[in-house]
Amino acid sequence: MATERPNQLFRNMNAKVAAIPMIVTALFVFVGGTAWTIVYSFTKSGLLPRMKWIGLDQYERLWGTKKWLIAIENLVIYGLCMLTLMFVIGFILAALIDQKIRFENTVRTVILYPYAMSFVVTGLVWQWILNPEFGVQSIVRDFGWEGFTFDPLYSPDIAIFGVLIAGLWQGSGLVMVLMLAGLRGIDQEVWKAARIDGIPTWKTYIYIVIPMMRPVFITTLVLVVTGIVKVFDLIVAQTGGGPGIATEVPAKYVYDMMFRNNNLGQGFAASTMMLLTVSLVVIPWAILEFGGSKRRG
Amino acid sequence: MRITSKLLAATAIVAASSASATELEVMHWWTSGGEAAAVSEFAKAFDATGNTWVDAAIAGGENARAVMVSRLTGGDPMGAFQFNHGRQAEELIESGLLRDITDIAEAEGWLDLVNPSSLLEACTVEGRVYCAPVNIHSWQWLWVSHDAFAEAGLPVPSNWAEFAAGADKLAAAGKIPLAMGQQGWQQSGAFNVMMASLLPSEIFTSVYGDKDTDVAASADVATVFAAAAEAREMAAKSTVQNWNDATNLVITGQAGGQIMGDWAQGEFAVAGSVAGEDYSCLPGLGTNPRLSTGGDAFYFPVLDDADQAAAQAELAALLLKPATQVSFNLAKGSLPVRGDIDLSAANDCMQKGLGLLADGALLPDVNMLATPDTVNQINTLFTEFFADASISAADAQAQFVEIIADAE
Repeated sequence: MATERPNQLFRNMNAKVAAIPMIVTALFVFVGGTAWTIVYSFTKSGLLPRMKWIGLDQYERLWGTKKWLIAIENLVIYGLCMLTLMFVIGFILAALIDQKIRFENTVRTVILYPYAMSFVVTGLVWQWILNPEFGVQSIVRDFGWEGFTFDPLYSPDIAIFGVLIAGLWQGSGLVMVLMLAGLRGIDQEVWKAARIDGIPTWKTYIYIVIPMMRPVFITTLVLVVTGIVKVFDLIVAQTGGGPGIATEVPAKYVYDMMFRNNNLGQGFAASTMMLLTVSLVVIPWAILEFGGSKRRG
Repeated sequence: MRITSKLLAATAIVAASSASATELEVMHWWTSGGEAAAVSEFAKAFDATGNTWVDAAIAGGENARAVMVSRLTGGDPMGAFQFNHGRQAEELIESGLLRDITDIAEAEGWLDLVNPSSLLEACTVEGRVYCAPVNIHSWQWLWVSHDAFAEAGLPVPSNWAEFAAGADKLAAAGKIPLAMGQQGWQQSGAFNVMMASLLPSEIFTSVYGDKDTDVAASADVATVFAAAAEAREMAAKSTVQNWNDATNLVITGQAGGQIMGDWAQGEFAVAGSVAGEDYSCLPGLGTNPRLSTGGDAFYFPVLDDADQAAAQAELAALLLKPATQVSFNLAKGSLPVRGDIDLSAANDCMQKGLGLLADGALLPDVNMLATPDTVNQINTLFTEFFADASISAADAQAQFVEIIADAE
């Protein structure tokens, strides 16, 4: 034996070799790709990436473009509503199912089912349901309520809410299942203790159960937020960004710039802004969440 | 690089008569019925030279362009590909990916043949020719339904002003005065047509060609925006998306008319409508008969394989031969790029187009003057404008001026 203690580098060789593909992918594809995109967002790249430096011009144009501003506004409206409503609906459904109801499996499956559909299918289905000529509006009118009007996808002011309905229908089931798993993870002793102390059920939920479910909430939050930021296919399938440009979203702006306008630089600038927004939310949270773990552990 | 490709091309022309069978992959986005029939004319003619046309069609121009560009930049070039000539290929040429076919153009005498010469100019960068134009498509047509006007008790209009004046009566008769698909390129296309037809040509060229913001902001251009606002009202009830669905409204007499390019001709032909009896076509909206000369062209990537390069040269020369031009353009409904051939088989509307072409009543196409970036910014503006009646003509013009100011 040449060495008594093997080199640190060669410990757990198998695990390290197995991790190499992932490390390489992460470094070159994610970090490398991101850095490349950011660098080229400062250039005048058209159809092809070109190293023709123009500083912040792409960003100036981006923030002076109405389509982008509308896209950001839509993302904020869609994001806030989606986040709040998904958590509220998901949690209430989970709490209801948790009351030891009959046919729980069936109900759970029915509510989770929309999640099995792609956003493209969801978008098309809701485009038809919300179509005034043969959707909800015409059905209600056939019942005799002639003046009934419900055509969110055709009014620029509220079109984004038509998309929101479809998004909620598709995603609430997943939140419900995660919440239900969280609720099932709460020790029954906690409930018994609360009952003995005479605490009403709703107070038990809000002050005891929900704080105990923190990890589940965090996981759900990450899933929902990433889903919101990258929303693209739902819009393309349901409204195509219309009427006019009323339901544009940032991801679609990036796509349009890169593949329709042949303006890669502008697309890169927009995607860099998206990355920046996400980092502003995720990095402080990650520091708070994981930075302290060493002290705790 | 240049020298080798020139040498290759030179040998290719010498060897053209004795060329052995070579497979050449040709990419295009001609997938609809009439388009596929037209492209098969090219394929047949090319196969007759002893080579083999390998057809690679991708539906949808945007998808096709994305695939073509990624194959070119990824180092896996095809034999030849279709593009709209104009500024779409500019960057590919600048990065040296496309073959210089000036020698073929000279040998075939394209400089004298191609009419209008602006088509070849659109293929030319710094004095070198990079593409072979194959047809001319023009945008400036108003298609009018005779049935719709008869039912509204009006004579068939002969220009835009008469057409617009009949809008109220058409609406009262339960017709949609103007059919328009709810897609940006159709809406901005209609606007560009008004710009080209309702005003003198100089204004069109100074706005799109010279990017003159003073002209774009002028009172003359404001009248076009007012006309567009009028068109928006007339098209308010037209909720279809695709251009051919809108054309169908005109064919069935549900709509008074549609502003659309000469490719709409194919829809009327398929439906069995007769020009002059069932419908009328008014070039330049009847006001100012002039046509823009956009169209399709074939580009040839730089290839290392000498046989393939020889086949490219053969194909390039073949595309502009009189026989191929006639068979292709009759199937496609477009106009040929050379003025010296017989197209007596063409119908009324095509004859009108040919007449204008012969008179030289022509304009450059917006795609030749502006980059795809600018074209799409204008598309976005008009998608918004036509969807939201609260945007005034003056606001839209102000945004338009900004786009023109940013354009290059």
